[in-house]
Amino acid sequence: MTAAQPVSPAGPVSPPAGLTGTAAGGRAGFGHLLLSEWTKIRSVRSTVWALILFVVITIGFTVLVTALITANWDRGRGGGGGGGAHVGIIADPAGFLMGAGVGLGQLTICVLGALLITTEYSTGVIRASLLAVPRRTPMLAAKAIVFAAVVLVLAEIVCFSSFFAGSAILHSRVPVSLSDPGVARAVIGTGLYLTVLGLLALAVGALIRHTAGAISTVIGVVLVLPILSGLLPGSWGAHINAYLPQQAGMLISHAHKQAGDLLSAWQGFGVLCIWTALLLAVGIYLLRRRDA
Amino acid sequence: MIEARDLTKVYSGKVAVDHLSFTVQPGRVTGFLGPNGAGKSTTMRLILGLDRPDSGVATINGKRYAELPNPLRTVGALLEAKSVHGGRSAANHLLFLAQSQGLPKSRVDEVLDLVGLRDVAAKRAGTFSLGMNQRLGIAAAMLGDPQVLLLDEPVNGLDPEGVLWIRNLLKYLATQGRTILVSSHLMNEMAVTADHLIVIGRGKLIADSATQDVIARSSEQSVRVRTPDAARLTGLIEAEGGKVSRGGEPVSADGVAGGVAGGVATLIVTGMPAPRIGELAASASVVLHELSPQLASLEEAFMELTSGSLEFGEHGHPPAAAADGAAAAAADRGSR
Repeated sequence: MTAAQPVSPAGPVSPPAGLTGTAAGGRAGFGHLLLSEWTKIRSVRSTVWALILFVVITIGFTVLVTALITANWDRGRGGGGGGGAHVGIIADPAGFLMGAGVGLGQLTICVLGALLITTEYSTGVIRASLLAVPRRTPMLAAKAIVFAAVVLVLAEIVCFSSFFAGSAILHSRVPVSLSDPGVARAVIGTGLYLTVLGLLALAVGALIRHTAGAISTVIGVVLVLPILSGLLPGSWGAHINAYLPQQAGMLISHAHKQAGDLLSAWQGFGVLCIWTALLLAVGIYLLRRRDA
Repeated sequence: MIEARDLTKVYSGKVAVDHLSFTVQPGRVTGFLGPNGAGKSTTMRLILGLDRPDSGVATINGKRYAELPNPLRTVGALLEAKSVHGGRSAANHLLFLAQSQGLPKSRVDEVLDLVGLRDVAAKRAGTFSLGMNQRLGIAAAMLGDPQVLLLDEPVNGLDPEGVLWIRNLLKYLATQGRTILVSSHLMNEMAVTADHLIVIGRGKLIADSATQDVIARSSEQSVRVRTPDAARLTGLIEAEGGKVSRGGEPVSADGVAGGVAGGVATLIVTGMPAPRIGELAASASVVLHELSPQLASLEEAFMELTSGSLEFGEHGHPPAAAADGAAAAAADRGSR
């Protein structure tokens, strides 16, 4: 035993075991819980790495995609094949910039959200957590609030950075400014979208409890369902597609409502929020009912 | 004080804990004993509110676990299953627990000192040995300086020094008036650690009494007698209904039955107390070289208590009959 202290049978614990005066304070409140969850998030490497990956991927891909498209602007237009994309960029450059990096970057937030709760189960920390906070709703609430705050701050920084970097590159082809109508809302809204999407992933993690299953499910909801619904015949597919959490939520990243959009930006964001609230409610219900 | 009333837990049709009731008093170490699969860990999880019972209620100082305001300040628990993230440092594991209870950061250092992990506090728990993890678990349990401690198999994986350390710690904490419930399947460890024993098998209560009483009561008492006049003494004892067997020494090489050495035989007498054997011998002028009551070890007591209640039916009983046997044995013992 490398860390063993010399055993003194006389009283191995007498001086340190007793509570010092400072320790006997009052009842811990929700603020203490938030602090505790913050310590949990920051003290594990995987969370820190996921967040770094989110920043690098999102800003990196925004710059990369925008630079490639700008550099090949004339060729794309001349060839005709890329013309449709150009029309979209010209119509809503902010929406293009917000989608360029977030499409991939959002997956890191989804993975992190799911991991945050599933690793508690895989490592057994959930038992320590629930012994400390046996009323389970405040535990999940504190975790969700801390995670949302971290993602919101980081996502807004990332979205603004992506916008400024991307719009600088795009400037020679399609000038776009934060003061253009709807642009500021799109940039801020994309940060909100990422935050709520992270909470949705957290809720799925609380429901499924297993890392692989939870991550597969979230990725399925974000990437696969929109494709599948697109295959449905007639207006069915379009309607289902419009109300999928990711599809509806991303509407807020568009500066203008586009032709064929069934929902407005804020309506779409509301749909995402409703999905998330429902899943969180089911997650809390199951967390309270199930054996840990 | 810990109180379990009529606790029952069924996992997918299998009864893990079966109408279990007991009370754990403060000021002493209470051993929670039973073979593997007897329901010890499940009972602790029910007390700690991790699992919900199918019937009954468990309280700590009169409250359910979930009703305790800052539970770690009242109850410290070490679970058998691991509950630490391998990627988090020992200090940060203790820190998030301390913060959730409104305890100051200095308390983390205090418990790290207590368990001797101060030097490795910044290391990731995934790099720890089994013994160090166990110490980290004890540190987490002691974080809130709790009045009640529940420890599930705390000496598992510890070296002899660590076992001694836990034993002394528990005894010391009990002298401070704390309530201590410590589970184990190691009877001999409990014999030297626990003042009181709660023995369960197949989720049912088998015994709940002082450690000494459990040992004294559970095994059939026998008396070892050494005498040069074995034949006469055997006749006298059997005439009064006692049972005599020759025992103790092994069969010798020349084929003479065991128990005879230099004309002195060793007899094991059951069904008759030592004083009566002495009286019989005196009245018939039989010389005795030894007359000693045999105390069963806790190990033997435990084996007899739980025989038939073992999870895997090692004694060849069908499971249902085995459970009945254990219950009958317990009832029999109670009436004695």
